[in-house]
Amino acid sequence: MTVSELRDLRERKEKEHGRQGPGTSQVQIIIGMGTSGIAAGAKEVMKTFSEVLEEHEVQNAQVRKTGSLGLDHAEPTVEVAAPGMPRVIYGQVDEEVARQIVERHILEGELVDKHVYDRPAPDALTE
Amino acid sequence: MGYRSYCLVCSGDKCKNEASREVYKELRHVAEARGVDREVQVVRAGCFGLCRSGPIVKLLPDETLYVGVQPDDAQQLVDDHIAGGKPVERLMLRDEDCMPHLETVRQTGFYQKQVRLVLRNCGLIDPDSIDEYIARQGYAALEKVLTEMSADDVIGELKASGLRGRGGAGFPAHLKWNFTLQEVRRQARENPDSMSEVSIVCNGDEGDPGAYMDRSVLEGDPHSVIEAMAIAGYTMRARRGYIYVRAEYPLAIARLEHAIAQAHEYGLLGRNILETGFDFEVEIRLGAGAFVCGEETALLASIQGERGTPWPRPPYPAVVGLWDGPTVINNVETWANVPLIMLRGGEWFSRIGTESSSGTKVFALTGKVNNTGLVEVPMGITLREIVYDIGGGVRDGKEFKAVQTGGPSGGVLTAEHLDTPIDFDSLSALGSMMGSGGMIVMDEDDCMVDVTRFYLEFSVDESCGKCAPCRIGGQKLHSILSRITEGRAHDQDLENLDAIGNAMQHASLCGLGQTAPNPVISTLQSFRDEYEAHIRDRRCPARHCKALVRYEIDPEACIGCTVCARKCPVNCIHGERKAVHWIDQEECIKCGECYAVCKFGAVRVS
Ligand SMILES: Cc1cc2nc3c(=O)[nH]c(=O)nc-3n(C[C@H](O)[C@H](O)[C@H](O)COP(=O)(O)O)c2cc1C
Ligand code: SF4
Ligand code: SF4
Ligand code: SF4
Repeated sequence: MTVSELRDLRERKEKEHGRQGPGTSQVQIIIGMGTSGIAAGAKEVMKTFSEVLEEHEVQNAQVRKTGSLGLDHAEPTVEVAAPGMPRVIYGQVDEEVARQIVERHILEGELVDKHVYDRPAPDALTE
Repeated sequence: MGYRSYCLVCSGDKCKNEASREVYKELRHVAEARGVDREVQVVRAGCFGLCRSGPIVKLLPDETLYVGVQPDDAQQLVDDHIAGGKPVERLMLRDEDCMPHLETVRQTGFYQKQVRLVLRNCGLIDPDSIDEYIARQGYAALEKVLTEMSADDVIGELKASGLRGRGGAGFPAHLKWNFTLQEVRRQARENPDSMSEVSIVCNGDEGDPGAYMDRSVLEGDPHSVIEAMAIAGYTMRARRGYIYVRAEYPLAIARLEHAIAQAHEYGLLGRNILETGFDFEVEIRLGAGAFVCGEETALLASIQGERGTPWPRPPYPAVVGLWDGPTVINNVETWANVPLIMLRGGEWFSRIGTESSSGTKVFALTGKVNNTGLVEVPMGITLREIVYDIGGGVRDGKEFKAVQTGGPSGGVLTAEHLDTPIDFDSLSALGSMMGSGGMIVMDEDDCMVDVTRFYLEFSVDESCGKCAPCRIGGQKLHSILSRITEGRAHDQDLENLDAIGNAMQHASLCGLGQTAPNPVISTLQSFRDEYEAHIRDRRCPARHCKALVRYEIDPEACIGCTVCARKCPVNCIHGERKAVHWIDQEECIKCGECYAVCKFGAVRVS
């Protein structure tokens, strides 16, 4: 790859992966999959998200993994970004809570009580 | 950009309260009409569990709670509070007692005081996707360095940044890099035909019990370390980098391997990187998990396939390191800072943190604190902010006693130090140490003597045995501490602890032995009274040391409910139903279960 190819790639990928603002219609479900998340069951939770999304035929959602979100006391943790909703981090997400996140937060636009842990940290790259 | 604030309305699907739905609709409507709907987002938030006082509206981030809100109140809420920033007193919740039930959206404050530079991508990108890393300015620093910067420019930025090593000692990174660069240049001048190989090493050994910062960076953002090492390779004319990771970190290893392969595929590692003529390879070396292998010279010996024991310095690795060539060795977190510094400039970085310690530090916050986890904070933050604002305070409403930092090489900070700004220098001045970033919160139930004994046990186990002060001194310290916790020590032992500790600090060959007495010296200073209570009164003030506590049942208070007898794991509590119970002291293992379960306060600890 040359320098200019890298720049082009970056520009394209920035558009694809940039942190979404309120305008986009994509739902993003980002699951913390560091050692502590996986130990707490993050892999099963990821599977449940995919299944429940499919069950409800949600087309515009993306389920992704990431490293640890840092909230070890609340693993597994999941960040959810959906249009018209605050970006929040859910904690202690088991398979049942994952289902509720899809059915209530994503489909109904309603927060899932008792599992909202925090808002995400400010982004060092853009703020 | 996201919204500035949120307005949560209790309004679940199951909610029978028609008014809630109206309030929600009205708030949305008014916010839009007033043109603040891009700043505040009105969200239905499920049931707050306080329906009697509903409908309820909660505003974030200031957490104002309004009760009994009616649709006609929407206008005032929007005008006064959301647009005007002035809360509407008349609707605010007064009864503080209701608060604990209202945890629908918990603002733990966990993230809001953090400044995430090292963890900039952790929790955001897929660590297995180089594309996602690139989308967040990944490899932009390498690109900039290769195309626009000379070796001296790189070191100049590093110097301006003031970055100090995050592996424990806090040595300025630019000095280390410059020693190596000067040595490489000297060799190139004096014997260009037989130059020794230059190496770049990442120390990911992380042996400090309770620490997992480096693991999280390697698992969450492996490319940041690889990119940084390539930058150093270019600067110091090295062609090879080694990442030393402990074998107990399989996920970190797998993600690193994957990242290295991807970087190769993209031409960001290997030959002729970005077609600039620069060649650089990165290899992973696995450590067997010995604490001493985190010490830089032992680590290099281990990479060379030798036994992981330290060698005397000088010469320092910067000049004579791996395979006798000049070697730059830095900690994972140190590396992860480098790309940002190159991109945004050293000056920018130096403005974060304190004068002498710029930037941030990642801590693994554990122990008796509500929100345990990995936190990245600017240097200069106070302990109070970490423990209370980020950590959410001490668990179960217990009293804060101390924080241990620096693991087996560190010491304790007490309540008295809660407001001290934390940086490399303030911690050393207090007899502790930044260390790699373990931070263990202790409460009234933790015995400082026993905690210290635990660290010494660790250091004794991990000592490589090469030099006598550490090998013998450590054992002695440990046995004295054990005797103290068993109530078999004398006043003279306190002086002995001091004397042995001092000798070890001065005479040990490597950092392990030099710093192993630190926990002893630090706790002796801050908690001498606890030591004395163990020795003179045969008493453990925290009621932790088993040899010194005794559980007894107060015959006046016991009603004979039998709960304790049923819970005792060794069945040593005797007594008939409805009659006073008693504990067989010979059999009691002092587990404390009876004390915890007796609802009548009849079990006494002494
Ligand atoms: C006993 C002992 C254990 C150490 N363990 C580690 C470790 O696990 N990780 C680390 O980065 N540095 C560790 N160090 C510090 C290293 O020797 C070295 O100072 C560090 O890797 C330099 O990197 P830095 O300047 O970026 O901090 C240890 C030192 C000693 C004495
Ligand atoms: S101080 Fe301890 S660990 Fe270090 S060389 Fe001596 S015996 Fe080995
Ligand atoms: S639990 Fe308390 S009251 Fe009940 S038998 Fe034991 S000591 Fe007595
Ligand atoms: S401390 Fe434990 S072992 Fe001893 S009497 Fe109580 S429950 Fe039994």
